[in-house]
Amino acid sequence: MIDHLLSIEDLTADHITEVLDTAEALKDIALRPIKKVPTLRGRTVCNLFFEDSTRTRISFEIAAKRLSADVINFSAKGSSVSKGEGLKDTALTLQAMGVDAIVVRHSASGAPQQLTQWVDAKVLNAGDGWHQHPTQALLDLFTIREKLGRLDGLRAAVVGDVFHSRVARSLVQGLTTMGAEVTIVGPPTLLPPRVDTWGAAVSYDIDEVVPKTDVLYMLRVQRERMSQQFFPSSREYARLWGIDRDRLGRLPEGAIVMHPGPMNRGVEISADVADAANSVITDQVTNGIAVRMSCLYLMLGGEEVAA
Amino acid sequence: MTALTFAGARVVDPAANVDAVANVTIDGDTVTAVGDQREGTVVDADGLVLAPGLVDLHVHLREPGREDAETVATGTAAAAAGGFTAVCPMANTDPVTDHAGVVEQVLRLARDAGHCDVYPVGAITRGLKGEELAEMGAMAALGVRCFSDDGMPVRSAQVMRRALEYVRTWDAIICNHAEESALTGGAQMNEGQLATLLGLAGWPREAEDVMVARDLVLAGGLGARLHVPHVSTAGAVELIRQAKQRGVRVTAEAAPHHFTLTEDNATTYDPVYKVNPPLRGKEDIEAIRAGLADGTIDAIATDHAPHPPEQKEQEWMHAPPGMLGLETSLALTLTELVDGGVLTLSQAIAALSTNPARSRDISGHGGPIQPGAPANLVLFDPQQQWTVDARGLQSRSRNTPYAGMQLRGKVVHTLLRGRFTCRDGQVAA
Repeated sequence: MIDHLLSIEDLTADHITEVLDTAEALKDIALRPIKKVPTLRGRTVCNLFFEDSTRTRISFEIAAKRLSADVINFSAKGSSVSKGEGLKDTALTLQAMGVDAIVVRHSASGAPQQLTQWVDAKVLNAGDGWHQHPTQALLDLFTIREKLGRLDGLRAAVVGDVFHSRVARSLVQGLTTMGAEVTIVGPPTLLPPRVDTWGAAVSYDIDEVVPKTDVLYMLRVQRERMSQQFFPSSREYARLWGIDRDRLGRLPEGAIVMHPGPMNRGVEISADVADAANSVITDQVTNGIAVRMSCLYLMLGGEEVAA
Repeated sequence: MTALTFAGARVVDPAANVDAVANVTIDGDTVTAVGDQREGTVVDADGLVLAPGLVDLHVHLREPGREDAETVATGTAAAAAGGFTAVCPMANTDPVTDHAGVVEQVLRLARDAGHCDVYPVGAITRGLKGEELAEMGAMAALGVRCFSDDGMPVRSAQVMRRALEYVRTWDAIICNHAEESALTGGAQMNEGQLATLLGLAGWPREAEDVMVARDLVLAGGLGARLHVPHVSTAGAVELIRQAKQRGVRVTAEAAPHHFTLTEDNATTYDPVYKVNPPLRGKEDIEAIRAGLADGTIDAIATDHAPHPPEQKEQEWMHAPPGMLGLETSLALTLTELVDGGVLTLSQAIAALSTNPARSRDISGHGGPIQPGAPANLVLFDPQQQWTVDARGLQSRSRNTPYAGMQLRGKVVHTLLRGRFTCRDGQVAA
């Protein structure tokens, strides 16, 4: 496997398949009465969170604990970071303490990559700025494969604020690496400059895309984008680019709806769609644990998985 | 006084249209002869280029306020090491150089250090806020010829127009940081495919182009003098070219990093490559080189911007923009532009010395090298290869993006009014 997981681009199609296959084996652990294997016993994993993220932190924490690793949670709030210690000194401190892996979430793009120059530990990017969120993409790919049986040749649409979304960057790259056909949909203001170079089709019209889509992936749109004039109102956004019951009905048979959470019900996704049968949003959360176990296992090179 | 003759140097003196091997004799602070004389102590300068001391229109010496990054003494020592005899520090000090007191302080510090002449740039507006004009008269009385809020654009067209108009009192120059900040909120690097992939907010070229266009229109309408700093886009080069053709009194500068480095360096997330305006694309580099070659861009100016290591060893988005330039500018110009066939050596010296001195009305610098002129000179070996060592620089800071790079062209001597400020590559104490 790889030294660090900074970007989904670090992974080849074979790597991704290995992660997903391993996650499949590890997922069963959650079904056992004792949800724990000794694989990473004696290893220390530090969750280094400079930005609030309860769900990702908990997901990584459960993943590491199910593999019997020791887990430290280091959050920027209430730590020396808030007293003015910078990224470098925090990294050197963790290095001095001898942790084996650092799971890092940071509001600054590139911070996980910078961290690698100061530590020997494996670095796993748990989301950095607008840049990357590779484990989110992997858990999404896992969920799609689980529900639809394959990735190659699937038609996926990623809808919404692609510009400000690390989830979108990672997912689009992951999907195209695995041979899916991706269409990026949203208002032109929320599509990144030179999106034409992403290897995906681009559309401003969700209604044209929906009937030709196997995976409809809705991105969270932040209300603050409105005040920055990316779009005029959340009402208009919902009307033009949101998924509601009508659009849900025009998806092909068997298509699934996904969202990385947290959702803005009534903006990018209506409440009834969020709770619909073909919404796999809670499966994504469940699968996040298995996929993160898989990444930790493969990167820290633990003992054989007791399958 | 004892005369000193540099013998056998290639004298490149664009102000006198000279490029020929000759002996140059100085006595005291003055050039006394150029020819085949061998008066006084003779210094063998065979194989060296002798040129007017270099002039930098755009540096940050950080004093007063950020003496942890640079001082007037360390910054001017870096200048002497780089072959400069005159530098123009920008006004974004703390307190801001928006009143005569700071101008006097910087002038005195420079005089005490003695490495290099310093021509402070005054602020256009109080506190660089872009709202109220600074008391430029008091600064002009101390010799300030150029006013700039560098780092902060004058956003208001009204304030900019008033400033251009007001400084006509002294036929002085307004230099506006060309950035339409409404388009660069949170910007981290050049806008484009790479910024998108790296997840960094983009600084679009249009933000520079619209501001340059506005300023050219305003200056043209008033017949006022405008200087465009750190040109980074092909669009701005073309706008300036057209303005010069229609007679606008505009001069422009480009920084070595904008004709040598591209945005591709940002993939490292190493903030040593973070600068404002940002590193751009190959097509911009080509346009800036063409602009230097055809005279659209008058001067090479470093935008020397020291920052202490703890400021640069941060997350990219938190690190301040800026890079060192004084000690690498000549070598980059020789390596990339002269060896690269973009400029003749004479054009390069014009861009590094003669043009900047003239564009800012700095007399005694930039040549001509002739009897009676102050002996502000640089001698450099155009062939000597050297490797940039960030720790070996005179600057108090180390944020050079060229560390480890091999360059050609090394300063041997720098003389300020006949006194060695750099001798055999060593800065005089």
